[in-house]
Amino acid sequence: MTDFPWLTAIGVVPLIGSLVVALLPKSKPMLAKQIAMIVSLVVLGMTIAMALQFDGKSTEPFQFVESYPWIPAFGVNYSVGVDGIGLVLIALAATLVPVTILAGWRDIEGDQESEGSVKGYFALVLVLEALMIGVFAATDVFLFYVFFEVMLVPVYFMIGRYGGPQRSYAAIKFLLYSLLGGLFMLAALVGLYVVSIRQLGSGTFDFLALVGMDIDPNTQKMLFLGFFFAFAIKAPLWPFHTWLPDAAAESKPGTSVLLIGVLDKVGTFGMIRYLLPIFPAASEFYAPVVIGMALIGIFYGAYIALTAKDMKRLFAYSSMSHFGFITLGIFVFTSIGQTGSVVYMVAHGLSTAALFLTAGFLMSRRRESALISDYGGVNKVAPVLAGFFLVAVLSSLALPGMVSFIGEFLVLLGAFERYIWVGALATLGIVITAAYALRLYQKSMTGPLNPSLEADGNTITDLKGREITALMPIAALTVVLGFYPAPLLNVIEPAVDRTLEIVQVDAPDSGLSLDGLSSEGSEQ
Amino acid sequence: MTEILPAEGVFSLLWVLIALPAAGALILLLGGRRTNTWGPYLGILTVVGSAVIAVLMLLAMMAEPAEQRTVIQNVYDWVFVGSFQVSFALQLDQLSIVFVLLITLVGALIFIYSLGYMAHDPDRRKFFAYLNLFVAAMLLLVLANNYLLLYVGWEGVGLASYLLIGFWQRKPTAAAAAKKAFVINRVGDVGLSVAIMLIFVTFGSVTFQDVFGQVGEANEGTLTAIGLLLLLAAAGKSAQFPLQAWLLDAMEGPTPVSALIHAATMVTAGVYLIARSNAIYNAATWAATAVVVVGLITIFMGAIIGSAKDDIKKSLAGSTMSQIGYMVFAAGLGPIGYVFAIFHLLTHGVFKAGLFLGAGSVMHGMNDGVNMRRYGALKGVMVITFITFMAGYLAIIGIPPFSGFWSKDEIIHAAFERNSIIGAAAILAAGITGFYMTRMVAMTFFGKKRWEDDVHPHESPKVMTIPLIILAIGSTFMGMALLFWGNIEYWLEPVVGYESVPTPLPTWVYIVVTLVVVIIGAIIGWVTYARKDVPIEAPRGNLLTRAARQDLYGDAINDVLVVEPTYKSAHALTTFDNKAVDGFVTWTASFVGDLSKRLRRSQTGFARSYALSMVGGAIILLVALILVRLS
Repeated sequence: MTDFPWLTAIGVVPLIGSLVVALLPKSKPMLAKQIAMIVSLVVLGMTIAMALQFDGKSTEPFQFVESYPWIPAFGVNYSVGVDGIGLVLIALAATLVPVTILAGWRDIEGDQESEGSVKGYFALVLVLEALMIGVFAATDVFLFYVFFEVMLVPVYFMIGRYGGPQRSYAAIKFLLYSLLGGLFMLAALVGLYVVSIRQLGSGTFDFLALVGMDIDPNTQKMLFLGFFFAFAIKAPLWPFHTWLPDAAAESKPGTSVLLIGVLDKVGTFGMIRYLLPIFPAASEFYAPVVIGMALIGIFYGAYIALTAKDMKRLFAYSSMSHFGFITLGIFVFTSIGQTGSVVYMVAHGLSTAALFLTAGFLMSRRRESALISDYGGVNKVAPVLAGFFLVAVLSSLALPGMVSFIGEFLVLLGAFERYIWVGALATLGIVITAAYALRLYQKSMTGPLNPSLEADGNTITDLKGREITALMPIAALTVVLGFYPAPLLNVIEPAVDRTLEIVQVDAPDSGLSLDGLSSEGSEQ
Repeated sequence: MTEILPAEGVFSLLWVLIALPAAGALILLLGGRRTNTWGPYLGILTVVGSAVIAVLMLLAMMAEPAEQRTVIQNVYDWVFVGSFQVSFALQLDQLSIVFVLLITLVGALIFIYSLGYMAHDPDRRKFFAYLNLFVAAMLLLVLANNYLLLYVGWEGVGLASYLLIGFWQRKPTAAAAAKKAFVINRVGDVGLSVAIMLIFVTFGSVTFQDVFGQVGEANEGTLTAIGLLLLLAAAGKSAQFPLQAWLLDAMEGPTPVSALIHAATMVTAGVYLIARSNAIYNAATWAATAVVVVGLITIFMGAIIGSAKDDIKKSLAGSTMSQIGYMVFAAGLGPIGYVFAIFHLLTHGVFKAGLFLGAGSVMHGMNDGVNMRRYGALKGVMVITFITFMAGYLAIIGIPPFSGFWSKDEIIHAAFERNSIIGAAAILAAGITGFYMTRMVAMTFFGKKRWEDDVHPHESPKVMTIPLIILAIGSTFMGMALLFWGNIEYWLEPVVGYESVPTPLPTWVYIVVTLVVVIIGAIIGWVTYARKDVPIEAPRGNLLTRAARQDLYGDAINDVLVVEPTYKSAHALTTFDNKAVDGFVTWTASFVGDLSKRLRRSQTGFARSYALSMVGGAIILLVALILVRLS
């Protein structure tokens, strides 16, 4: 392990990059894009360099740790560090940012409706990247909260300035929801601070110190709700989801990728990182309710996706369904389920990116229409586009052989281990998922060519080099990690096991059906 | 007890069997149009390469004693979390090798045939890419040494099937059929998923050898549940009742696909799954009985549907359902049936592939027409197709010495070993087979010309007829070869077990009775469809015929019971989400918005909302702090 402050460096580089981009003259949009692209690639390179030094077998809770006092009066420190969970999510963010920059190369210019400038958008993307890395790296709860809240600002502008016709409605709705959740979290955070003063003598926001406390169960139950509310809105869980379809429908595809693919993972990341270890008793107490919400979300989202007329809304509801799976895996408290959830977070980031970007490329050829009925038979005129769309659709329905399958199956198995009927019930979701995903593909890509696509000005051309370059890494990662998930599993499982050790819920009895064996079955 | 040996010598190439066609698929898909000219040949080459390796492996295996024929190759650690440890590991034994040979050899023939059949299709390269993908996935399915890896192959063949059913997707019917096949199969996948979970929870492993070794320690209720769940999976993949509705629509795919995927190999994966899991079914009597019942129902459903369809491919599809029904039925009989289920699977794989390719050859000469009422008198025009088709015909109805006779006869015999009623049912269904296949042959090759005016039938090119000839030779001799020279039942015994119990009557009685029933069925078919003129418009038909033309209302039942309620509730839920859930939020927001307007009229929306949230937040904060104090 080196002493190089990797995490700070990885966070600061995009921040400086965004400043540079923001200070460029408006007349040089191309330069802004190029700089943004280079900066994001540097960040990706640094992240890979850091990940290669990560020790999967280490017994330390966090690696690449840095800690400096920030507001000593309140015990607030600038403390960062990653475990396997934080690492893979930072890697996900670092991978998706250059991809979205490349994919969104032409999305901003020539868009008459946008209020913002080209450089502004790319500066916001880089700011967001810095904040995403910060939120996954923070090991001080206050620092986490700051990143969590400040992240809203660039996203607010990315939706509100660069989005579709209803963008300000969507942006305000997003902001109100998130702020409300954030305020609950702030309240719980202050409460936690008060508890830490009582227990430890001096107040602290240090994650490991807070985990070490023994909080009275009733207090836990109250503080849990504050955090949970914020995370459930972010993730989003049923019934806190209604901001998501609007935000997805009005955002640029790149914004949606970062918002749903990475940012929303802060919700599920928060559950596994903060809720479970700091409030173990409350987590156990509320688990049935959360599992209930997750189950409802799985089916609710999938059912609505079945009737969706608008592609972007379909993706949003499908994400809601997937967040149901992820949350389910976390709250069954099994190593298999939680590892599955984290793998699913990565997989969902990749599949969301593939869906939104491919659909974005398609819509850019059809005056930004997201209506499924405006398409049909696209495969005939744009087979490469249709091919990527199919990979995205299959990845979203968790086809075995894709990384999403590893995540989904582990979640289901983890749930099944703990509560047989919950696992079996959730498994039924895979049928509806296939139905809506393939319905989308059938209506948009197959069948006879939609006559309106042949009309003048609407001709659909196939993907070009830049677009293929953006999609290829995502498609490749989806399949490669599906057949070789070791890089994920090696780092995630130890982190999950540490969380479970703190929560101290007993592992489900292994071989439970072997109890009361009968020898009758063995005549062969 | 069989030993498990590491993969050495020729067996170290086990992974290459799968990697070759997979690489072919990858090159053809990623290479794009550049590979248009040579791509199909590369596709054929990879499959032939796998076939050669498979034959070498068979020879190496035959040189070993029976208990040393199982090799396992651990390629790498695949999924590992806590106690859930699954390797990407391949297992070759007497059961998987026969599948590997069927897939690669019949596959290679069908690939070659497709060169001719798809010669003028602009997307020929893609067709071969998908076929390659299919072969790779199917080999993974039968070579996996654990249930989870099998699942990957299982879904991979499903994907290939989806892509190939919808290959001519300019036809909306093809696109719809592809989706239907996938979604119905997903119902089966639920069975497989939950079965794997239950297996893991029960045995702590999903590897075949671990699971089967511990079956004796599990309780029967759990084993029954696992058996039923696996049966659900098998019913989906193998188009067995009640998940049969997709197979007839799957005929929208190009005919070589119907031959390879929807007759010879993929649809028999369910039989493989049951035979592979024999240890579980042997210990779960109720589950095995359910397998018999499902098989028996499907034997009759398929035969009845096959008797009524005028579309030659759909009639053959009904026949496939019915014949796979025989295999499932035999597998449900336990150790007296497993080996014959696989035996029939192999002979059927060859003769049904021949029949489908023969039908394709007929269609090729008839402007892609599939309506048998528009065929007739083709025996003189398509001599090779006719002769080879007849070999398949005699094989499927079970006339000695053609291959189907031996395998079907063994299944009927095994049924009588268990119970005379199901044995009689199996004989009756053989009679129906005699009827519908004679009907097909009579309508196609005999009687008067009923061709449409612009149709000029002709024999197909050599690239298509040579595979037909090879398959016809197989349809003729393969049954005898496997039974007398290959001793198929003793070859498979170490993996699936084999036992024989005495039947109430001597064996020859069953053979004679079966033959008589089959010939009666054939005569009825001949009298109705060859001796009399076949009307071009289908007569109205009796109740059963009309029902059979509608696939025995399989779709209608699914629609009423599943599809419509699903969409209705989904629409209701959408309304609920827009009106109630989001409505509540919007209402709250506008209430808050009005309030804040009164508070700060001059501010912008953003600042206003933010300020208000801050006020709300401060109140909540205060309450929270007070509560914390109190506690």
